[in-house]
Amino acid sequence: MSEGSKRVIVTVIGEDRIGIIAAVSRILADAEVNIVDISQTIMQEFFVMIMMADMKRASLPFEELKRHLNAKGEELGLRIDAQHEDVFRFMHRV
Amino acid sequence: MRNLRFAPEEIIETIKMVQTEQLDIRTITMGISLRDCCHPQLAAVAAKVYEKICRVASRLVAVGEEIEREYGIPIVNKRISVTPIALVAESADSDDYVLVAQALDRAAREVGVNFIGGFSALVQKGMTRGDAALIESIPAALAGTERVCASVNVASTKAGINMDAVARMGRVVVDAAQRSRDRDGLACAKLVIFCNAVEDNPFMAGAFHGIGEPECVINVGVSGPGVVLRAVEREGTGLDLGDLASVIKRTAFKITRMGELVGRAASARLGAPFGIVDLSLAPTPAQGDSVARIIEAMGIERIGTHGSTAALAMLNDAVKKGGAMASSHVGGLSGAFIPVSEDIGMIEAAAAGTLTFDKLEAMTCVCSVGLDMIAVPGDTSAETIAAIIADEAAIGMVNRKTTAVRVIPAPGKGVGDWVEFGGLLGRAPVMPIHTESAAAFVRRGGRIPAPLQALNN
Repeated sequence: MSEGSKRVIVTVIGEDRIGIIAAVSRILADAEVNIVDISQTIMQEFFVMIMMADMKRASLPFEELKRHLNAKGEELGLRIDAQHEDVFRFMHRV
Repeated sequence: MRNLRFAPEEIIETIKMVQTEQLDIRTITMGISLRDCCHPQLAAVAAKVYEKICRVASRLVAVGEEIEREYGIPIVNKRISVTPIALVAESADSDDYVLVAQALDRAAREVGVNFIGGFSALVQKGMTRGDAALIESIPAALAGTERVCASVNVASTKAGINMDAVARMGRVVVDAAQRSRDRDGLACAKLVIFCNAVEDNPFMAGAFHGIGEPECVINVGVSGPGVVLRAVEREGTGLDLGDLASVIKRTAFKITRMGELVGRAASARLGAPFGIVDLSLAPTPAQGDSVARIIEAMGIERIGTHGSTAALAMLNDAVKKGGAMASSHVGGLSGAFIPVSEDIGMIEAAAAGTLTFDKLEAMTCVCSVGLDMIAVPGDTSAETIAAIIADEAAIGMVNRKTTAVRVIPAPGKGVGDWVEFGGLLGRAPVMPIHTESAAAFVRRGGRIPAPLQALNN
């Protein structure tokens, strides 16, 4: 993970179903990643869940966490991904 | 939602740009100085060049991939540019620099980059022994290597046009095509002839590490014609051109911010200073990643028809304005690229006959770079290629901008035939060019004097 902020944005996009938040939260909790905030909405017929998480005390490297999330996404038929928050900060905040 | 800091719409917009609109970082290019690789024996120069590149760039690809995963933004290419080899190899007694090209090729393969630029010479005012040796080595160097790119700067606004070098480059292009005739003249796709070449361009084939550059530097080339196209389609309906320019500016800003982010991260992790972001719209043959389609979405039925130059001028300027705000250091070529074989819309317009060679030349007056990836008949003479180079150099010289020529005289092929390069280099129909001769003009040789910098009409 890069210097400075250790925050990542986890996004879940796909069809709504029971247990999505639970599944993602479990992966983050197991990795000792703290969830700072959650937002969910329906956008263009898709369920979109966005979590901001803090990896300050994470027990896993970022890439491994991302692999776990991607795999869970495949299992649930959703797109689950994590990106460093700087991507969004740079694009949308001056 | 106070802690989230971003609206869901913003997050989705970014993800969509990458997922469906082909937003990518086109290249992280590491510039490496080879000025300390001089030696009286050419074999020793080649060995030093190979060793230095492998040492300095050993982590380039790994770091690029790490950033790619962390930020979720594809970084399509990792590349290297080096000091113009004419300056480095001139110290040696041999005049055949193919050995150095082979060392560059091996080093590129070793560190895992797909192109290495800088088999170059700067001869806008005249040639040294090393410059001449490099130029003569280009055809064999390009035909005999896979990843090496060559460029020669033959003109500048301050120096004028070196027509002796232009004539020589006409012969070099024809020779390079012949030596790669089994691959449709592929060697010519790796050769750029410049006027006003820039020293920090991260894009191939024209990248080299200029003599005013530091020991090692990270330059980033961003792309995103697809993102601009979607923005024009989505938000542009009913807008007048001033408002449309604003839509393009805002989009270019967002694209360039990604380049700035990646450049800063790569620079910090590789321990090399961050040079510039080149905010060019660089098309690929992929559907939806086309500059021509943006022009067409602006209201031009097919690129190449009347109005194309005006639309391109506006696009190019809006991209620069948006991008300049987004990065602390903008450089390189920065603008819209219009290569024919690499852009699906350009390929179609050329095949339909709407896009002609002369219109392409006109369009290069208002956009970045020049006559790019254009296939011309295989029997085109060296003098005609030289005349094409001279025309394009004149446009750059007078307009104080970079222009370039990357044409491919397709061996054994004529108008209506196609060349196929595959991958990012794409495919193109062989375009008709004028058949009347300019040989007597080219053979005069000498230099076209530098133009006046006042009385600008």
